[in-house]
Amino acid sequence: MFEALQDKLNKAFRTLAGTARLTESNMREALAIVEQALLEADVGYKVVKDFMASVSAKALGEEVLKSLRPQEQVFAIVYRELVALMGPGDPSLHLRDFTKIMLCGLQGSGKTTTCAKLARMLAKSGRRPMMIAADLQRPAAIEQLIVLGQQIEVPVFADTAAKDPVELCQRGMQHAGLAGADVVLIDTAGRLHIDDELMTQLRRIDEKIEPHQCYLVVDGMTGQDAVNSAKAFNEALELDGVILTKLDGDQQGGAVLSVRAVTGVPVKFLGTGEHIQDLEPFNAEQMAGRILGQGDIAEIARRAMTEIDQDEMRRQQEDIAAGQFTLENFRDLLRQTKRLGSMSKIMSLIPGMGALKGMMGDADVDQDFGRLTGVIDSMTPQERRDPDLIDQSRRRRIAAGAGVEPHEVNDLVKQFDMIGSRMKQMMGLGMRDRMRAVQDLQKQMTSPGGLARQKVGTGKRLTSAEKARIKKDKEREMRRMRRKEREGS
Amino acid sequence: MGFFSKIKQAIGAGLEKTKRALATDVRDLFKKEGRDGRLVDDVFIDQLLEILIKTDMGVSAAKEITSEVKNRFRGRVVFMQDVLETVRAKLRELLKQEEVPVKMAAAGPTVIMVVGVNGSGKTTSIAKLAHRFQAEGKKVVLGAGDTFRAAAVEQLTIWANRLGVEIVTAKQGSDPASVAHTAVTKALADKADICIVDTAGRLQTQKSLMQELTKIHRIVNRLIPEAPHEVLLVLDATAGQSGISQARGFTEAVKCTGLVLAKLDGTAKGGVVVPIRQQVGLPVKFVGVGEKLADLEAFDSEAFTEALFEGLVEEREGAGAGQPAK
Ligand SMILES: Nc1nc2c(ncn2[C@@H]2O[C@H](COP(=O)(O)OP(=O)(O)O)[C@@H](O)[C@H]2O)c(=O)[nH]1
Ligand SMILES: Nc1nc2c(ncn2[C@@H]2O[C@H](COP(=O)(O)OP(=O)(O)O)[C@@H](O)[C@H]2O)c(=O)[nH]1
Ligand SMILES: [Mg+2]
Ligand SMILES: [Mg+2]
Repeated sequence: MFEALQDKLNKAFRTLAGTARLTESNMREALAIVEQALLEADVGYKVVKDFMASVSAKALGEEVLKSLRPQEQVFAIVYRELVALMGPGDPSLHLRDFTKIMLCGLQGSGKTTTCAKLARMLAKSGRRPMMIAADLQRPAAIEQLIVLGQQIEVPVFADTAAKDPVELCQRGMQHAGLAGADVVLIDTAGRLHIDDELMTQLRRIDEKIEPHQCYLVVDGMTGQDAVNSAKAFNEALELDGVILTKLDGDQQGGAVLSVRAVTGVPVKFLGTGEHIQDLEPFNAEQMAGRILGQGDIAEIARRAMTEIDQDEMRRQQEDIAAGQFTLENFRDLLRQTKRLGSMSKIMSLIPGMGALKGMMGDADVDQDFGRLTGVIDSMTPQERRDPDLIDQSRRRRIAAGAGVEPHEVNDLVKQFDMIGSRMKQMMGLGMRDRMRAVQDLQKQMTSPGGLARQKVGTGKRLTSAEKARIKKDKEREMRRMRRKEREGS
Repeated sequence: MGFFSKIKQAIGAGLEKTKRALATDVRDLFKKEGRDGRLVDDVFIDQLLEILIKTDMGVSAAKEITSEVKNRFRGRVVFMQDVLETVRAKLRELLKQEEVPVKMAAAGPTVIMVVGVNGSGKTTSIAKLAHRFQAEGKKVVLGAGDTFRAAAVEQLTIWANRLGVEIVTAKQGSDPASVAHTAVTKALADKADICIVDTAGRLQTQKSLMQELTKIHRIVNRLIPEAPHEVLLVLDATAGQSGISQARGFTEAVKCTGLVLAKLDGTAKGGVVVPIRQQVGLPVKFVGVGEKLADLEAFDSEAFTEALFEGLVEEREGAGAGQPAK
């Protein structure tokens, strides 16, 4: 997300970096680029104007223009203002002994999917959620929720013969009490904010059921009108929060920046994919960092904690600690990393990796990881335990099995040796250092010349100048990270 | 029948539901000045820019229009109609497109493939299209090619049953290309006139899913050389600038032939069709104006532009031709 915005903002900051002396006029120039970038990213017009007014007021101050590092100051101002604009977030569902949560929004915004994502998250945290299929409008909306409920093993209260969603919700609530549910999620029908009849219906549900939390689900791809509809829903219902969906892959996503300013209610979660686990708690600092291209380690750490099979992890760590890091462990590690979500998505969360992804050109990271596990799969168990066994004929067999070139099998084994020794080192480190080591490792695995195959566009090799630039960028990124690390501790 | 009432009829019932008129916004610009007009200064230009950007037409198209206004009227006191005429003419020019009816097969079934991002309105638009063709006495076969989203097949099946048209389905998770293959084969065997193939929503940035679309396209094409005769990209009218990359991305994977602009019954103005028209060159073929079968209208760029200025058009016609509005 935000690739286009990131590019343009970077351009604005570069403009500043390139000037020998910062003047009010070149500052204004850079700020104009920022403004245009925000508008083109679909941030609401008024929101942009207010945002720019407050950024400009600060950036054009004497202290900044005369400071030693004005560029960095401007960067910091934009960062802080972004945080202020979008935050504070509030990922808490404010659960009590029995919690009623209602989701509402325009047609097709992602309510049903988000309902199931929330239910799964709640179930994983030990709650007993139940969902009510209160969309009696859209054909097969009820079936959709039932199917999702089965997938995540969360009960769904539904009645295909029901006519009145208010009455259905009331029955659902009674049922929830009997069934011992402690959180009830209501999936309502999509409606336009100007549809009086349906908005009245929503208000009736709200009055009769009195949900503790009412969230608006907003499509992250919406343009300038997001503002109007969010405002109207908030006026009708007094929202407790907003959930933005479809933020995966979209280059704009300006609604994330507008919605808090317009409604005054916090952004709770972000939907970042069609799959049921693609839900992230919203955090304004992280988001501002992502918009400015700084990535977000905390998010990966959180996911790693909940998604990775803890037992398997422990087993592996024991293996590694015992000095047995085999190709088999390596493959499991790759699979586990993969389970966190798509590799390219994970990369965009890691500081500097976004840029790295760009440098890798068109390389399909996910496919690369698939290929790597493919190679290991083609080996016999003996070969996996002892790669030294792999001679020329074995190599040819493995390559044929995995559909790669024989030299790629070699490359993999070589890289594995290196990673293996690093892994063993890592076991001696504390959690924090380990996290950093993992990042370094991931970098190596995906950097040009690393494990993943280099695929720039149609497969052309990098020129030495390009390689040098990439190396420099990487080093700079590493320095930056080390610096941050120092500052943080 | 007057020109404007004809336009009203062309857009039909849908227009009543749209609250998208630019006219009221522009009128507000002139409110303070009363009947004497107002000065075109930087403040005015800025306000006009805001109005235009809020339509989602994008910064550059909006600036193109405001600079035209600036060139003509800057520093002068003008009346609303003068500015409005300029804006309208420019917008009409930006939106201008040939009339592009659905391309029909010379013989045998016409195959229409429907694509778009998640939740944009594909399945509902398919039901509406089928309804439309049925009303023309055509025999329709549907292919439930969204085998990914939970109950997507059921959704289209419910529509097919309501319409009484044939539908080809497969269970969730099966290969959409094979559903398309079966549907087209059935349309050929049944001598149907139209075969509409639904697809799962996907984001234009998801490479492997875009390849899946290319595959469906290829399979259909293998059965009938000119097929698919139409590849319609369904765009949510609330879509912002991401609509441009949607149009680009989908056209790259499966040469799209036109747009369906769904959900135009809200307050969104669907202005993103302007840059799409400019940069990708896709014509809008239909607009969706509600959730019912009848809520689909053929797109007419003149009517679309006029609808944005509706209130004022009537006022003007009333004054000019001496006819009462409505
Ligand atoms: N890519 C992506 N698709 C999503 C996300 N959330 C929902 N969707 C898809 O958007 C479409 C509409 O979602 P649905 O939950 O049915 O929306 P509703 O009409 O508001 O209930 C479906 O195709 C979903 O799979 C998301 O975060 N990312
Ligand atoms: N108001 C309105 N809603 C629409 C329109 N077209 C589709 N919808 C609704 O948008 C939601 C998503 O539509 P659907 O056809 O399932 O989208 P798909 O995921 O692209 O197939 C459903 O709730 C539809 O009823 C329209 O023109 N106007
Ligand atoms: Mg739904
Ligand atoms: Mg569909």
